[in-house]
Amino acid sequence: MKPFVRLQACAIPYDASNVDTDQIVPARFLSRARQDGFGGQLFHDLRFGTDGTPNAAFILHDPAFRDARIIVADENFGCGSSREVAVWALMDYGIQAVIAASFGEIFHSNSLKNGLLPVTLPAGVTRGLRNALLEGSYRHLDIDLHGQVVRTPDGEEHAFAIDPLRRQLLLQGTDEIQFTLEHKAELDAFEQDYDRDFPWLARPATG
Amino acid sequence: MKETVRTLYDKIWARHAVVTREGGLTLLHVGRHYIHDGSHAGFRELARLGLKLRRPDRTFGSPDHYLSTLTHDLTQMTAERARVIQVMGDNASASGATLFGLDDVRQGIMHVVGPEQGLTQPGMVIVCGDSHTATHGALGALAFGIGASEVAHVMGTQTLWQKKSRNMRISINGRLQRWVSAKDIILAIIARIGIGGGVGHVIEYAGETIRSLSIEGRLSLCNMSIEGGARAGMVAPDDSTFQYLAGRPYAPQRAHWDSAMTYWKGLPSDAGAVFDTELDLDAKDIEPMVTWGTNPAQALPISGRIPDPAEGDVAADQRRDMGKALEYMGLQPGVPIEGLRIDRVFIGSCTNSRIEDLREAARVADGRKALIPALVVPGSGLVKAQAEAEGLHRVFIDAGFEWRLPGCSMCVGMNGDTVAPGEHCASTSNRNFVGRQGKGARTHLLSPAMAAAAAVTGRLTDVRRLGSAS
Repeated sequence: MKPFVRLQACAIPYDASNVDTDQIVPARFLSRARQDGFGGQLFHDLRFGTDGTPNAAFILHDPAFRDARIIVADENFGCGSSREVAVWALMDYGIQAVIAASFGEIFHSNSLKNGLLPVTLPAGVTRGLRNALLEGSYRHLDIDLHGQVVRTPDGEEHAFAIDPLRRQLLLQGTDEIQFTLEHKAELDAFEQDYDRDFPWLARPATG
Repeated sequence: MKETVRTLYDKIWARHAVVTREGGLTLLHVGRHYIHDGSHAGFRELARLGLKLRRPDRTFGSPDHYLSTLTHDLTQMTAERARVIQVMGDNASASGATLFGLDDVRQGIMHVVGPEQGLTQPGMVIVCGDSHTATHGALGALAFGIGASEVAHVMGTQTLWQKKSRNMRISINGRLQRWVSAKDIILAIIARIGIGGGVGHVIEYAGETIRSLSIEGRLSLCNMSIEGGARAGMVAPDDSTFQYLAGRPYAPQRAHWDSAMTYWKGLPSDAGAVFDTELDLDAKDIEPMVTWGTNPAQALPISGRIPDPAEGDVAADQRRDMGKALEYMGLQPGVPIEGLRIDRVFIGSCTNSRIEDLREAARVADGRKALIPALVVPGSGLVKAQAEAEGLHRVFIDAGFEWRLPGCSMCVGMNGDTVAPGEHCASTSNRNFVGRQGKGARTHLLSPAMAAAAAVTGRLTDVRRLGSAS
């Protein structure tokens, strides 16, 4: 995983709450191979009409936000289906952080595993950021994971919370599974006791 | 020192915590890992890391998402879908996981198969790369959905890093009206708390109404916990749970049964356990429910009217979302929801494809004729066999419904069963998101009995009035 330390980039204001992962990537694209990428499928049915032509009114087509690396959303971003393709599509498109008032919990976990930073800020703050971005007061935001703060060009600073271990893994770009295996001794001991206490969970000889 | 009082969730959490880090992240041990035909990314990641499946004996799966419900012959499916299902079979045999494959009568939707096989048991931690995994909480397990990276993590370590959620209790007391089901209860709950109302929480469903629900009903209830934003939903194990489990293939046998019962009986929340959030509902107030909008919280009693964003005390953001939903659904505010014309009906999915669901739908369909295309998809090969033994398939076929093979089907537009753009579908599934059942599809979530009522009238109809024909 690529380390995430600081991101200064253009941000897209995404003015909707409860953006579900079916909207982020429709289910019919899920059987695509990972190496083929999902950037073109991001928000596909909102971004393109039935005949495949771009829906000009959709914010991703606004030239002002062409180089965006950040999305500023509202409440409950990424709710619904557990599909990690939703994170891959955002990252393949170029997004590296999502700021929202709250997140769907599975999406939030999936983001952290891939190095897409989910930043939770109060609803009033995210609304203020979206409005400023929409009005063109500014286009860029500065997300500093080390300092745990989002800065705006007009001098606002919004501190955000993140679990210390998650933060450490992101800053170092450490794959979580490698970190977990450092606890192998504890895990082996736990499992030995657990299997003894719950012998009925063993698989019967014949399925 | 006074012994601490704990909730069901607290107890399962404590029993499965391997390591807890500063900040609260806990390495949680997983008892069962369910996989499906969408789990290929997990196997791929595992291989990339040079790891093997740590506990094949705790890993069980069945193809469900990509499967055609017309035929289970891979050569008759699209190459892409057939490949995904084939890869699942290859991964299962190479890793040693147990697979209920296409040639196995036990094949079906994993959230139907797990409980049916007795794999899902009280007091366990169960995960699956599918957001509807909370289903298994119906038996008193802590069960939740995970993404592909977490699937790989569980495959490699049999654990997950988790932060403990807050405890929420939703208590329902009183007697349900005839034709009001667990599906109506959960839709009423989500309409009340909102699609994000459960974020950060694990819900325990309690109260005499929940106690009186069958296990099938509890499975439908817990299934949609994620639609209220909750990490998981659960019901404390009781005599109904134990009776349901006894004799199932993977349930504890003989002496193990007694040991298991000792553990299971200690699981229910202690008297005086404190919940961070509480909600009480009266069962008699719950009507048959139907969704009008594009998320499961946009639901109404069948006697209700489609809401008007311009009316009442509605926040600007919510008004914006309601307006978008009305536009997508092609609905006018203020109109009664009952009587809305429906184009298609789907009875199935991990929410409502179990034997009781099919019995309820058949009671309404019996002796009537479907006026619109209607699909019935049993949740597993065993549900299908049971329904056929009871003659339910004849009831459906005689009424002009299609009787299909087990799979996720029209719940999720990725296996060939889709709703056409602009069509209104009365569906027993769990999500009415934009495009969920196919691009431009307009979904109305409801119970199996209400879905059957829509099929035989071509409209959203109050099943309490329609009732059985005979």
